[in-house]
Amino acid sequence: MSYSLREALNAFRRAPLLAALSATMIALSLFVVGLFGLAAYNIKLVISRMEERVEVVAYLRDGAERADVNNAIREMKKWSEVRDVIYVSREQALAKAREEMKEFDDIFSGLESNPLPASLEVVLNPNLKGADVVRNVANRAKLFPFVEEVGFGNDWLDKVFLLRRVAAVATLVLGSAFAVVAALIIGAAIRLAIFSRRDEISIMQLVGATDAFIRRPFLIEGMITGLAGGVIALIGTYTAYNLLGTSLFALEWLPRLWTIGGVVAGGILGTAASSIAVRRHLGEV
Amino acid sequence: MINLQHVFKEYPRTGPVLQDVSFELLKGEFCFLTGHSGAGKSTLMKLIHMGDTPTRGEVRVSGYNSARIKPREISMLRRKIGYVFQDFKLLQNRTAAQNIAFALEVTGARPAVTRTKTGRLLAQVGLASKAEALPSELSGGEQQRIAIARSLAHDPLVLLADEPTGNLDERATTGIFDLIRTINASGTAVLFATHDLELVRRNPGIRVIELDHGSIVYDSAEART
Repeated sequence: MSYSLREALNAFRRAPLLAALSATMIALSLFVVGLFGLAAYNIKLVISRMEERVEVVAYLRDGAERADVNNAIREMKKWSEVRDVIYVSREQALAKAREEMKEFDDIFSGLESNPLPASLEVVLNPNLKGADVVRNVANRAKLFPFVEEVGFGNDWLDKVFLLRRVAAVATLVLGSAFAVVAALIIGAAIRLAIFSRRDEISIMQLVGATDAFIRRPFLIEGMITGLAGGVIALIGTYTAYNLLGTSLFALEWLPRLWTIGGVVAGGILGTAASSIAVRRHLGEV
Repeated sequence: MINLQHVFKEYPRTGPVLQDVSFELLKGEFCFLTGHSGAGKSTLMKLIHMGDTPTRGEVRVSGYNSARIKPREISMLRRKIGYVFQDFKLLQNRTAAQNIAFALEVTGARPAVTRTKTGRLLAQVGLASKAEALPSELSGGEQQRIAIARSLAHDPLVLLADEPTGNLDERATTGIFDLIRTINASGTAVLFATHDLELVRRNPGIRVIELDHGSIVYDSAEART
């Protein structure tokens, strides 16, 4: 085993509590990022699934002429955002409602007349489904005189987008705050390690060891601490995912690249924090 | 090989420590550096070791100049300079052999080279039988021998000995001095700082530089010319 690795591992033996605290703080910071990342990822999935289902429904006035409606269908099909337009008669609408809401069958049976309007279901192109596109198609459909109202669920779509933004900002702010605390604790741990090895370091400087060689064990120590923190955070996030998944929501687990990225981020954070600490404190020996 | 040109050193709190110091130490030369405590002997050695830079003037050692040397070059230069101290500076939790091996290990020597060379150095300082002893189990003279062995790990061109006999009795002093003379005889230059004037008197053929309040007040090499 190389000198640097051996010395890095010895540091954990000399001050296990501080090493554990450093790793825990990195784990906490990455756990926060992991949780919010899990939320952001699932919100993103929900949005894309919802976007797939988003369609504009134009409800027609009673007495709309079928010929006018057919002309409108032909015109709308020419719009680049539109893949298809389906006419749903009042009878079809009622049948569909009875099919989808069986629990209200008694109410539907007791109806004297059909209250549901005929409508045009506008199916959008999958690659052109942003909130703006949906709004734009809805506004243009509304311009037909026989269209009474257009529904496209804009309110909830905006809210989901907002939720995703909030999750991203919260991840950034909380994750960064914990990362700074983690870096400070690693810095303190490295300073203590330098202090406890000051005799060795001064002999190393005396006999001509390079600065890079002297720094290396501390950088390895920081990297191992960071990677350990990353792994703990991953386990914590996976546990949270399982608990939430079985009790509250059906969640999707994060992509492999995200999880590997999280652990690597821990390693980078640990190495960077110890690098700064070593540069600051090595001169004090 | 060592050349100091009008070297001044001042510290903000203590003021001037060295004032206009110039001298040259030739390859293989032996030189006593004498003077009272606080005369500037240790600071002079520190400057030669590039552990600090002069406030003014230049220190040149084996082709390196204190005004232009880069951090990485300092490490390389130090491998050409052996350095021993009054307080030995041994690692107390390592054996005699490990203390010597440490100097090789941390400068990237291969394990096989480290083992062989450590054995040879222990034999050179007459302590092959004490390889596994901790510093606390050795006498002062023996500890200084281990420190000298460590300083020879990279076959230095010069040995800086900063009061190496300051903590030793007369017998141990003679032993250490003889050892350093032997090292010098094999071609290593030696700058030997001491305030033990008796030791200097017993060796009249050796060059003596005397420092007083940071200035050279006597250099036997110049006195002879």
